[in-house]
Amino acid sequence: MVSDLEKAKDPQKLRRIAIDPVSRVEGHGKVTILLDDQHRVHQVRLHIVEFRGFERFIQGRPYWEVPVMVQRLCGICPVSHHLAASKALDHVVGAARVPDTADRVRRLMHYGQILQSHALHFYHLSSPDLLFGFGSDPEQRNIVGVLAAYPDIARQGVMLRKFGQEAIRITAGKRVHGTGSVPGGVNKAVSAADRDELARALPQVLDWAQQGVRLVAELHLANRRAYDEFGTVSSSLMSLVGRDGKLDLYDGVLRARDADGTLIFDGVEPAEYHTQLRENVRSWSYMKFPFIQSRGADEGWYKVGPLARVQNCDAIGTPLAEAARQELLALAPGRLLHAPLMFHWARMIELLHAAEMIGLLLDDPALQSGTLTASGPRATSGVGIIEAPRGTLIHHYEVDSQDLVTMCNLIVSTTHNNQAMNEAIRQVARQHLDGHEPTEGLLNHIEVAIRAFDPCLSCATHALGKMPLAVELVAPDGRVVQRLVRDAESVG
Amino acid sequence: MSDERKTFTLDGQDVEFTEGQTILQAALASGTYVPSLCYHPEFRPHGSCKVCTVKVNGRTTASCTTPATAGDTVELATDDLKDLRKNLVQFLFTEGNHFCPSCEQSGNCQLQAVGYELGVVSGHYNPLFPSRPVDASHPDVLLELNRCILCELCVRASALVDRKHVFSLSGRGITKHLVVNAESGRLADTNLSVEDKAMSVCPVGVILRKRRGFRVPIGERTFDTHTASEIALAGARGPTEDGAP
Ligand code: SF4
Ligand code: FES
Ligand code: NI
Repeated sequence: MVSDLEKAKDPQKLRRIAIDPVSRVEGHGKVTILLDDQHRVHQVRLHIVEFRGFERFIQGRPYWEVPVMVQRLCGICPVSHHLAASKALDHVVGAARVPDTADRVRRLMHYGQILQSHALHFYHLSSPDLLFGFGSDPEQRNIVGVLAAYPDIARQGVMLRKFGQEAIRITAGKRVHGTGSVPGGVNKAVSAADRDELARALPQVLDWAQQGVRLVAELHLANRRAYDEFGTVSSSLMSLVGRDGKLDLYDGVLRARDADGTLIFDGVEPAEYHTQLRENVRSWSYMKFPFIQSRGADEGWYKVGPLARVQNCDAIGTPLAEAARQELLALAPGRLLHAPLMFHWARMIELLHAAEMIGLLLDDPALQSGTLTASGPRATSGVGIIEAPRGTLIHHYEVDSQDLVTMCNLIVSTTHNNQAMNEAIRQVARQHLDGHEPTEGLLNHIEVAIRAFDPCLSCATHALGKMPLAVELVAPDGRVVQRLVRDAESVG
Repeated sequence: MSDERKTFTLDGQDVEFTEGQTILQAALASGTYVPSLCYHPEFRPHGSCKVCTVKVNGRTTASCTTPATAGDTVELATDDLKDLRKNLVQFLFTEGNHFCPSCEQSGNCQLQAVGYELGVVSGHYNPLFPSRPVDASHPDVLLELNRCILCELCVRASALVDRKHVFSLSGRGITKHLVVNAESGRLADTNLSVEDKAMSVCPVGVILRKRRGFRVPIGERTFDTHTASEIALAGARGPTEDGAP
């Protein structure tokens, strides 16, 4: 059992290490580790200061402002909030089904966001750990080091990201804080010139995306045992799947499986999410702990995000990504993969899928012309769920007869993965820290496990900006014995 | 005498004018932009925002209310006056709750456009913690009072064109605010209609047609394609609620 590391029996007698905040993770997080004199690990916790003020703040605002306003929630994944809010408000304006053009434009925006976010995460934030080693020299273990040692890989990451950002710009009007999606549809179609520009770049993007999948597969297989075991704890998983059971990151129904793959629920309409999910609080963390109601608060935690999605769906509808998915699944026939480091592999499969989807969308005439918005009988509430780069994102609003929002509930991807990240770092502490004098390299192992989930602490905390990493070793009497500080690598 | 050319100098250049023109009107007619917020070509000048301030023979005055006079020496683009205008606009930003990135009038907002024109870069990003609740009682119109700059254009339009007197200002100094003509204080209880002139004169984002926000894409909004000075020199002023100048 790993969960016993959630609470130490006698915390006063222990030495406390705080990793505060976690570097190369967006936003503000803190890990505390309690050790005894023999460096045995007694307690490990990831604390995230979740900002919930936004939900109150949005109350009293006109509903049509919400898809733009919610982008202030997070400087990292504004597009996901923009679309999840729009989808929720589609129901309020009576447009449960938006016109084809709106659907295509929004999907292009979304797959652009998936592509740029996954590229940023893998190439910029995680590849240093994977290419140089988790405990390697921190002077080299960063994007600058990657640029020097593997210039092609670093450059491909930059170019993939640019392509995704371009897809966002031509659909949302701007790379950040765009306005493309409105309740009931979109405010413009894609111009032929913009479409052609993306189409020209696509073959190269597909090639790089395939190289990316191969790279992460090779890295994983070269360290197979270590990667498979690193921080691994089995759990349920959850995601949207398309109504046909295939991978769909933009729209669908909720499906959850338990650790061995048995379905817990399936076909759950977004509006019914609250019949399956509950949120719990713990005294030591501001961030909530969601759980699957039928499994209870202790056993009902689950993973979301790329690794959950590629295993939860019946298939991926694009051929290159489906072939890559089959290769991944073949590692453990008939079982589910739970290793946090597998998230990287799954993430690159999704990046490839996003590129293929963008190709299909660019060939769809509806992208360039057609009706932009729909409306119908008004409703008083709406739920929008989207698979954001980091996992399931839920937006839920109630709107009164004067068009003002009266209730807002958000469950962001990172919150779904709260327990999963806590379990993973406890496992890593057990595997790598227990009994050893803590060094920067060993503490980075904790961060490697957190980073695998690609948490957006910014979403969860509403805290933007760079923050340095401080590692503090604190003696039982509270005295700081040792303190390491380095600059965080944070990209907005 | 009457067909003699009348001129004053504006930053050293001769500017011709016709009898009855204000300095601001004469300057615009001659192709020189004068920043303004409460001025509207269709309404009698009001002189409240002071953004159009110039120096006439060394004395500061609002150019929108000062008649052009032959032989006057007018200063417009001096460093002092530029700083003054910038400060006035900055003050308007901080006085209200303006958060351009999530405001539906962004790109169609005169205050934002004049701010860009004057090089106001900070002051946009104050947290918007609305202190004044919006009035959403009217079925088709939203009043977002957090953004009011008290220019009285809606007051003038409602009184002079619509002949309804829906809007007026109440209080003085820091407590001055926009009120509507209904005992309940609610917009729904006035006789405002979406066809009224008062619907299309607000230079910021206070008087809004409901359920329309963000329908004009980025790139097609008034000030995406034109600067505030281009609009003013073309004799138009600000956008309508549909975003067309
Ligand atoms: S509501 Fe608009 S037009 Fe009326 S006074 Fe305020 S800023 Fe001026
Ligand atoms: S435009 Fe002259 S005072 Fe406002
Ligand atoms: Ni985020």
